[in-house]
Amino acid sequence: MEAIAVDGLRKRYGDVQALDGVSFAVREGEVFALLGPNGAGKSTTVRVLVTLTHADEGTATVAGHDVRREQNAVRRAIGYVPQDSGVDVFGTGRENLMLQGRVQGMGGRDLRDRADELLRLVGIADAADRVVRGYSGGMRRRLDIALGLVHRPRVLFLDEPTTGLDPEARVAMWQEVQRLAEAESLTILLTTHYLEEADQLADRLAIVSQGKVVVEGTPAELKARLQGDAVHVELENGAIDEAQAVLRGVGARPEQVLDGKVVVARVDNGGRALPGIISALEGAGVGVASVSVSRPSLDDVYLHYTGRDFTAEDRAA
Amino acid sequence: MNVMRHTWYMVMRQARNLMREPIWIVLLLVQPMVWLVLYGQLFKNVTRLGGFGTGSYVTFLAPAIVVMNGFFGATWSGMSMINDLEHKVVERFLATPASRTSLVLSQIVRSAITAALQAVIILLVSFALGVSIHTGLLGCLIIIVAGMLVNSAFAGISQAIALLTRREATMIAVANFIGLPLLFLSTTMMARSNMPHWMQIASRYNPVDWGVRAAREVVLPGTSWSSVGWHLLFLFLLSIVTAAWATRTFRAYQRTL
Repeated sequence: MEAIAVDGLRKRYGDVQALDGVSFAVREGEVFALLGPNGAGKSTTVRVLVTLTHADEGTATVAGHDVRREQNAVRRAIGYVPQDSGVDVFGTGRENLMLQGRVQGMGGRDLRDRADELLRLVGIADAADRVVRGYSGGMRRRLDIALGLVHRPRVLFLDEPTTGLDPEARVAMWQEVQRLAEAESLTILLTTHYLEEADQLADRLAIVSQGKVVVEGTPAELKARLQGDAVHVELENGAIDEAQAVLRGVGARPEQVLDGKVVVARVDNGGRALPGIISALEGAGVGVASVSVSRPSLDDVYLHYTGRDFTAEDRAA
Repeated sequence: MNVMRHTWYMVMRQARNLMREPIWIVLLLVQPMVWLVLYGQLFKNVTRLGGFGTGSYVTFLAPAIVVMNGFFGATWSGMSMINDLEHKVVERFLATPASRTSLVLSQIVRSAITAALQAVIILLVSFALGVSIHTGLLGCLIIIVAGMLVNSAFAGISQAIALLTRREATMIAVANFIGLPLLFLSTTMMARSNMPHWMQIASRYNPVDWGVRAAREVVLPGTSWSSVGWHLLFLFLLSIVTAAWATRTFRAYQRTL
């Protein structure tokens, strides 16, 4: 059964078409990532799925409930960890957890035990009775996640769970999410603009660009579809056409040109093809500034499907 | 009922947070005493003008200070909503089955409870200053209720403005804009007969003055219970109207998400 099914969501904010026909499906028990640069429409998609806002068009179900017609059923079935926390920073961690449980209809012994369990599980038991304002960024994020889990939801939404954390805390958070997914047998939908994060955490992912899902699959599948390693040839004089012709001559498949001076081509085995490529380019008199080979990464997947460089686009947004 | 239960949870959240700020508690308790002592001293001789129904200005003033304090507190009550909006606390609750109405109502209830606590302090201080309340304990209760109702009526407005503007600076400007004018357009500090004619008329439409009338009526001899009842009823109805408005603006806010 599908834990989340999204079909043709469209939403416009003023002049901006935030969602332009988003469709994807998440199976029960999997960790699914929406990957895309800032402003691609990931958070808007999540906000529609957690009933914070409505789409103009399209339908979506979460845990079998329609997000428009069965809002309260959806709200009971999900945990939502928003990008910007939403913790009451003037209260303690435990108070925040207890209140979250109460509005989810829990109470008494069950809630107290659950709060204790979660505080231990996310590793902030020692700080449970301190005011959240004094927490570190990592501790707050852990509390955010505990808040999302208090009522034992079936589906957990994590919107940019590691944005703003330092690299060390980020890796710790990845391990945390993996552990929780197993311990609580959850379906997790997370959004991220970190390629490594999607690669590390997600069983499957969808790349979102300009309000659309451009491709969906497991990280391995997506990379395998690129068929081979990427060779980046940086040219000295911009002789792109000649360089592409030479590359084809030695069996490489030119795919894209970056910044008007870097030719990206696919080869079956980068290490073996490299010497031949260099000597062929030199033989043809094409000035080469640098050549590099890389195993297919999600970066390449993104480039392949959108024709744009992920890092550059994310920075521009 | 969910609305009531959730409202209570949210009020408790705010109360606990407040308890943790000793400076706030001190200010909440000291501020009303300052009004009473300062105004009481400054205008002490004004009763010579006549029309006050008593020679003791502080007796005239004390019930009105309870109402004024409730009014001032209310004009600021939207700040706490803005804080919750800014920290996305509201959004987090909106993704749960939390009662939407309780998110607004709890702010008004919290504000009114604060006003009631302050009313008790003001009454205790005024007893120390020699004020006696003609109708006794029932009168005290009515003064407190008048303070709470004026507070909740204006807290509803403050919440609506907070939800419409979502900016602290605007909130402060509005609070300042309505605060003193409505105070001076009432009989809080001055007997009605000493006010210019147009102000006497204008004050009839001022909810702050409704509260002052009800509260003062029970302090001095010759209490008109029907006047007390009508004014409290007006304030109660107004509170319902402004709370409904605040709830509506909350729905409008949700649509902007």
